[in-house]
This record gives sequence, structure tokens and C-alpha cells, in this order.
Amino acid sequence: MNPKRARSAPQHARDTQPKADTWTLRLYVAGQTTKSMTAFVNLKQICEEHLAGRYQIEVIDLLENPHLAQGDQILAIPTLVRKLPVPVRKIIGDLSNTERVLIGLDLVPRKVGGDHATKETS
Amino acid sequence: MTSARAQLPKSPTGILGIDEITGGGLPKGRPTLICGSAGCGKTLLAMEFLVRGATQFDEPGVFMAFEETAEELTQNVASLGFDLNDLVQHKRVVLDFVYIERNEVEETGAYDLEGLFIRLGHAIDSIHAKRVVLDTIESLFVGLPNPLILRAELRRLFRWLKTKGVTAIITGERGDETLTRQGLEEYVSDCVIVLDHRITEQTSTRRLRVVKYRGSIHGTNEYPFLIDESGISLLPITSLGLQHTITNERISSGIPRLDAMLGGMGFYRGSSVLISGTAGTGKTSFAAHVVDAACRRGERVLYFAFEESANQITRNMRSIGIDLHKWMQHDLLHFAATRPSFTGLEMHLTLMHKAINHFKPQVVVVDPLNSFVVVDNVPEVKAMLMRLVDFLKLQQITGLFTSLTAGGDTIEQTDVAISSLIDTWLLLRSIELGGERNRGLYILKSRGMAHSNQIREFLLTDHGVELRDVYVGPSGVLTGSARLAQEAQEQAAQVLRQQEADRKRLELQRKRTQLEAQINAMRTAFAEQEADLLQSIEQEQMRETLLLREREDMAQSRKADAPANPHTGDPA
Repeated sequence: MNPKRARSAPQHARDTQPKADTWTLRLYVAGQTTKSMTAFVNLKQICEEHLAGRYQIEVIDLLENPHLAQGDQILAIPTLVRKLPVPVRKIIGDLSNTERVLIGLDLVPRKVGGDHATKETS
Repeated sequence: MTSARAQLPKSPTGILGIDEITGGGLPKGRPTLICGSAGCGKTLLAMEFLVRGATQFDEPGVFMAFEETAEELTQNVASLGFDLNDLVQHKRVVLDFVYIERNEVEETGAYDLEGLFIRLGHAIDSIHAKRVVLDTIESLFVGLPNPLILRAELRRLFRWLKTKGVTAIITGERGDETLTRQGLEEYVSDCVIVLDHRITEQTSTRRLRVVKYRGSIHGTNEYPFLIDESGISLLPITSLGLQHTITNERISSGIPRLDAMLGGMGFYRGSSVLISGTAGTGKTSFAAHVVDAACRRGERVLYFAFEESANQITRNMRSIGIDLHKWMQHDLLHFAATRPSFTGLEMHLTLMHKAINHFKPQVVVVDPLNSFVVVDNVPEVKAMLMRLVDFLKLQQITGLFTSLTAGGDTIEQTDVAISSLIDTWLLLRSIELGGERNRGLYILKSRGMAHSNQIREFLLTDHGVELRDVYVGPSGVLTGSARLAQEAQEQAAQVLRQQEADRKRLELQRKRTQLEAQINAMRTAFAEQEADLLQSIEQEQMRETLLLREREDMAQSRKADAPANPHTGDPA
């Protein structure tokens, strides 16, 4: 369960989905701390549930690559950055609050009352 | 916590004044908190600390900015002569802009600031930084949720900075009741510096105060500081003791008769001289003499003019035969003419210090001093003057101040406030007598020398100030026409006396001649009498002889044997 570079199974079959539809998520951690591992587990779970087959998680350990912290303006650990689709979103914490993660990732609308709001809420 | 050591290791800031009041700089290897309201120079102070560290003390630094981007910072400090791009290129400085936007961040559980630690640690390690600035870390509280986590993390951060061994500056915005909005002073307790930006009398002054410096003595006052093209400069004037080295050297005032009044030799070098007087009594003219004399000796003079421009002063002084322009061309004299309202007192003082440090004069003139005095700031002016005098004395600079006093009897009282600071005080005054005003001068005090106690009249002639003789009449000192009248009278009296003496001399001569004539006459008479008497004596003797011979003859004829008595003869 090492939080190292891990990718979901790529989705080949769906030709109708353009590449842009693939979610690129980057999880910044600093060593194998409890928080980092919790975050990874939570992230994996949420992705499997809501983005099955069309996501890609990149785990960056800042202890190994400290220079990468500046690029994405990382302060807090763990930080999840949604690189794609744009706009870039940042979520900090161990991702234990699933509802807030979904809001942060725009997987559920921030305000209740949208047309497609009911589709993906669990 | 901190054991008392002989000398806490310090990291010099290189900023004029700050090293003096902190006894050598900020605590080395520890965080220092700099707090203050907006626009009082926190970022600049931190940046100067960093840049000077990198350029002067071989201590590279990391600037972590939370509010301004690296480009903005670089532009902002370029006006102060700091080339950040160059320093960054040469790996002397790392600029790291930390961008936090609250709206873009969603908190989903426990987190820590390890990312910041790693980022900072990486920046520190990449250039072996010895100095770190976090400007201003309180932005984290705005940008990140959950203050409880943040506080714990900040505490950890400052501890971590200490273990890293970097000298850090943390800036913080001033809060309502606390030094910083988020109470950072709780975490950074080694050294706390407060900056302040106050406006009094429509002029603003920045001030700095070391609130706390654990393990070190430090100046505790508020020190005004200045931000100009060479960065921050601060004047810890009141921290100085009264330890001036003094000299017995005397310098001429440029007016020989005034020198004579001042114990015959003029002022002491490095003393403070006040020339006070009512309007139009010639204060500036006296000052010009002193300036002229100093320049003739080859000394440098810095002239702070607060009421007239340099050109106006030189033109006016030319009318009394003093060519100041010549000295300006020789670079011996420099005028610094500003309006008192140009800036606050403290800033004036700071500017004066800078100018003095730059020009390095032997004589400084402040003309006039009391244009700083507005309604009720006399204590401030006094404090300012005290610091200026201290500063000048410390550098052995002779300070000449002029002061305009209001007319009337309070002439001495108005200046009492500053009297104690002044070594030699010349008082110029208008003397009203016989329907005219004339200028009088006296030495109110002059420490350490025997000085004249006379009130002397002086004239402003086309060859300068001229002190006249003193005439004391029944109603005081005679001046102007009264003096001229007195002079005429004395002249007349002298002529009379001369004539009288001549007359007496003639009389004496005559008497002598008379006497000599008398003596001659008497001598002649006596000579006659003497001649007569001698003749008669001779005749008598002849008669005697004859008588004796007759007697002998007779005796012979009578054959007598007894001799005749010679004394029995008759007078002739």
C-alpha cells in the first residue's frame, strides 16, 4: 500500500470519451505518514466510486522531490490537486470527508439545485 | 530558558542604526518577529536584512513571500538599489512566492504544513541560506482553514527554523490589541520589533521599537527611521550616553571683537552655540561670519536653512561683504534648505543625520531652529535638538543654531527649554533708545570660559558685523545716535582737556622763565653786594695794616718794647 505512483486501469473501450475527459489527479505527500496513506486510500475509493476507469492518480512524495512543491504551490500535506479537467482544484487534508472531496473535485455541484445534481450523489 | 551568556551570537543587519540599538543585530539562528501596521516598512526591513546579509555578510537568504510575487518584490526594492534578479541568479537569494487562495482550497480532513517545511527547507538547502524571511506568514490564516492546525504547525515551524540554524524574520500585521493579528508573538519570543507609522501635525513619521530581545540588552525607545533611496536608516540617538570626547581647541567666530568677548579666543570646537534674538537682529549674519571663518580655516560647513533658500542667504550675506558662494564652489559649504513642514521632526532629524554623515562637516548651522516649533511641540523640539546636539558633540562638530524669539521681556524665557543643551548662548536684541532701534549683543552664557558680561552694540556694515565700544549712560547702554552723541561729547571733552593741558604747560613755562629771571636778578644783586663787601673788607684790612704800621712806627719812635694789640683797632 505504498503511496507511490499509481494509475488506474486505463479505459480503452470508450472511444466516445476524448482524452480530456480523463481526470488527472496529483496527490502530494511527504513520506509515508498516516495522513498520507489515509488520503491515498480515501482518494482511491472515491475515484473508483465516481470516476471509475477515467482517472489517473499521481502521487508525489515531496521528501523525494522537494522542488516540486513550488510549482503547484503546495503548503499543506496532503494536498490533492486536480490538474485535469481545468480549472485546477486543490483539496487539502486526508480526504476523510468524502462529501467535501466531491465538492472540491466538482463531482457534485457546490450549490444544491442543479439539473444533473442528483445523478452522482450517493 | 536562555541561560545568561556573555554574548548572544548576533546576525548583523547592516542597516544603519538597527545594529546599534540591538547591540549587533538580530539573534543569530533564531526567529525575530517584526510587526506593524500596513505601510510601515516591514517587508522592506526584512528584505534589506536579507539583501545586506547576502551582499555584506556572506549569509545567503530565502525570502518567502505570501503577499507579493517575486516580480513585484523585485520591482519594489529595485528603487532602493537592490538588484534581486542578480542576487537570485548568483544564488545568493531565493525568492519564493507562496500563493494561497482560500476559494480554491477545500479542506477535507486533517492536514499539516509539511509542504511548506519541505519547500522552505529545499530553498534553504539549495543556497545554504543563513537567513530566512517569511512575509507575512499570517496570510496562512486567511488562506487555509482550521486555525488550530495552523497554530500547532506554526509553533512547529519556528522550532524547526531554530533547529535549521537560520536567522529568521517573520513579519506580522499589527492587530487590534495584540502585536500581531494572530498572536504570533506567542510563538516568536526571542526578539520582537514593532514598526509604527504615525501622523502628527499632518506629517508622518515611521518609528521602530525593540519590544523584546531575549538574552540581550537593547535600546528600548522608539526610534524614527527613514526609508529612502539607500534603504532604511534609523537613528538611535537617545541611546547614546553623555560620553563626548571634548577638546580645548578654540575656533574663531569670525568676528575678532566677539572672540575677545569669548575669553579672547572664540568658541570651543564641538560646542553648541545658540544665537537667539528677535526678528531682524542679524542672527543669520552672525552665522555667516562663523561659516566664513570656518571655511577660511578649510573646514567643511553644512548649513541647514529652514526659512531661506541658499541663493537668498548668499545674496543677503554678500551685502555685508561675506561671499559664501565662493565656499560653495570650493565644496566647503553646503546648504540643505527645506521647509520645516516638509516632513516631521523626526524625519528632519534623520535627514540631517544622513546629510551630516554624508558631508562630514566640522561646523553645522541650523537656521533657524525654532521654525520647527508649532503650537505645542516644544518638548518634541527639545528632544530633537538634544539628540542633534548629542550627535554633533559625539562627532566633535560645532553646532550653531539660531533661534527667533518673540519680542518683549520673555526673550530669555522662550528659549529656556533648550538652554541646558547650549554651551554658548549669544543673545541679540534690539535696544530701543532715543526713538531708534539699535542692535545689541550679549553673551548670556558660555560654558568653560571667562566671557564678557557687557552688552555690546553692533553694526551690520558692508564688511560684516562690527562690534562697537560700550557707553553706559545714566539710562543704560548708549546705542545708535546716543552713542554717537556720547562719542562726540567725549571727543569735545578731550579737545578741551588738551587745550587746558597746553595752557597749563605754557603757564608753567612762563613761571619758569619768571623764576629764572628773578634768580638772575637776585644773583646779580648778590654779586654786587658781595663785591661791595669784599671791597670794604679789603679796605678794612688795609686800614688795619696801616694802623699797625703806624703803631710800630710810633713805638719805634717811643722805643716801646710791648707789641701792640691788633684787635683794638677801629673798623674802617
